[in-house]
Amino acid sequence: MAKRENSAKDAGGKNNQASELVLNEAPSELLRELVAHLRQNRTQLREEWVGRISETRLLTAMTKDEIFAEATSVYDSYVEALETETFEALQAYARNLSERIIPRGVETHEVVGIVLLLRDVLARSLFAKYQADFKKLNRILDAYEPAANRIANTVAVGFVQERERVIRQQQEAIRELSTPVLQVRERLLILPIIGVIDPQRARQLTEQLLRGIRTNRAKVVVIDITGVAAMDVTVANHLVQTVEASRLLGATVIVTGLSPEIAQTLVTIGVDLGKMNTVGDLQGGIEQAERLLGYKVMAIAEPR
Amino acid sequence: MEVPILKQGEFLIATFQAALSDADLENLRRGLVHQVVKFRSRGVIVDVTAMDVMDSFASRTLREIAHMIRLRGAETVIVGIQPEVAFAMVQLGLTLEGVATALDLEEGLAYLIEKFKNID
Repeated sequence: MAKRENSAKDAGGKNNQASELVLNEAPSELLRELVAHLRQNRTQLREEWVGRISETRLLTAMTKDEIFAEATSVYDSYVEALETETFEALQAYARNLSERIIPRGVETHEVVGIVLLLRDVLARSLFAKYQADFKKLNRILDAYEPAANRIANTVAVGFVQERERVIRQQQEAIRELSTPVLQVRERLLILPIIGVIDPQRARQLTEQLLRGIRTNRAKVVVIDITGVAAMDVTVANHLVQTVEASRLLGATVIVTGLSPEIAQTLVTIGVDLGKMNTVGDLQGGIEQAERLLGYKVMAIAEPR
Repeated sequence: MEVPILKQGEFLIATFQAALSDADLENLRRGLVHQVVKFRSRGVIVDVTAMDVMDSFASRTLREIAHMIRLRGAETVIVGIQPEVAFAMVQLGLTLEGVATALDLEEGLAYLIEKFKNID
């Protein structure tokens, strides 16, 4: 009996020594241990994660194989970020991933969702592994959590930034598409405007038109705004300025297609209508422009 | 800096160089009117192609030049306003109202010839 007690005391002594050793572990050592655990259990944890993803019905725009492939990459990048404690590679990967999945229709909440799910799955596996040693679990979590938060942040922000970049690109494309300056006769330009004009687009329009007047040596410009539903006071002023600036380059502007609402706006801002040449529709505008340029259009034969 | 004024038949052509001081503009105004009287010119072209900025003083001076020349029975055309300058001018409300404008020297001459064609 005495021997056993002695053994127990000895064993207790050894345990105390072991605890002291653990207390001296640096956070980076804990991270290493954690990373090793995540790598060892990669297959199982990844499967668990993918399972949770389909459970919560995220990434419905992607096939199971695609999700699996991306999950593998994300998992490995995640663990690597934890290991190296650097996030540039992860950021680059996040942008690259976003570039691929945004055209597939993946939404921000889905990306944030799956990253948080992974964080969850990994945290739970840590709980399971270290549940016997509460103090160690705490230390492991202290090492894990800041890094995990930073990872979630990096991925989410990378996704959103990529989305914003795509939106800006599309806006630019739309703007360019929608302000063509067309020459229909010698010295006659037509600028058909369609859609919404914001101050930025209005400015771009003016610059394009003035350059077009100089390049084409236009003497008359017909600006058709049939396709513009409404115009606020700022944009109406821009239109007036466009007319005045065109005159400084020696070109006369005819505005056609004013809706009743826009006509009202122009009257409200007190536009000197004597200065602005307006005609009801585009056809009338072109006919007037031709007269100004000394053209006369005549039918010389019946239409075939 | 003096602005060169050239005679082209019945017309005078004054070509701005960039960055004219207020004093230069004053001199130009006096010089142009003087020349219109001396040569009995019927038209004046002021070429501002080289001007990359137009302030309110320059704008006002140009309008005054045009008005004074009109009092002598002659017509003024401002030519060569650059797109960027035109844009900046209208934003400042400098519209050169009441003064004829044309794209360039060629257009300016065509304008004056057209204008006086019917009178002769």
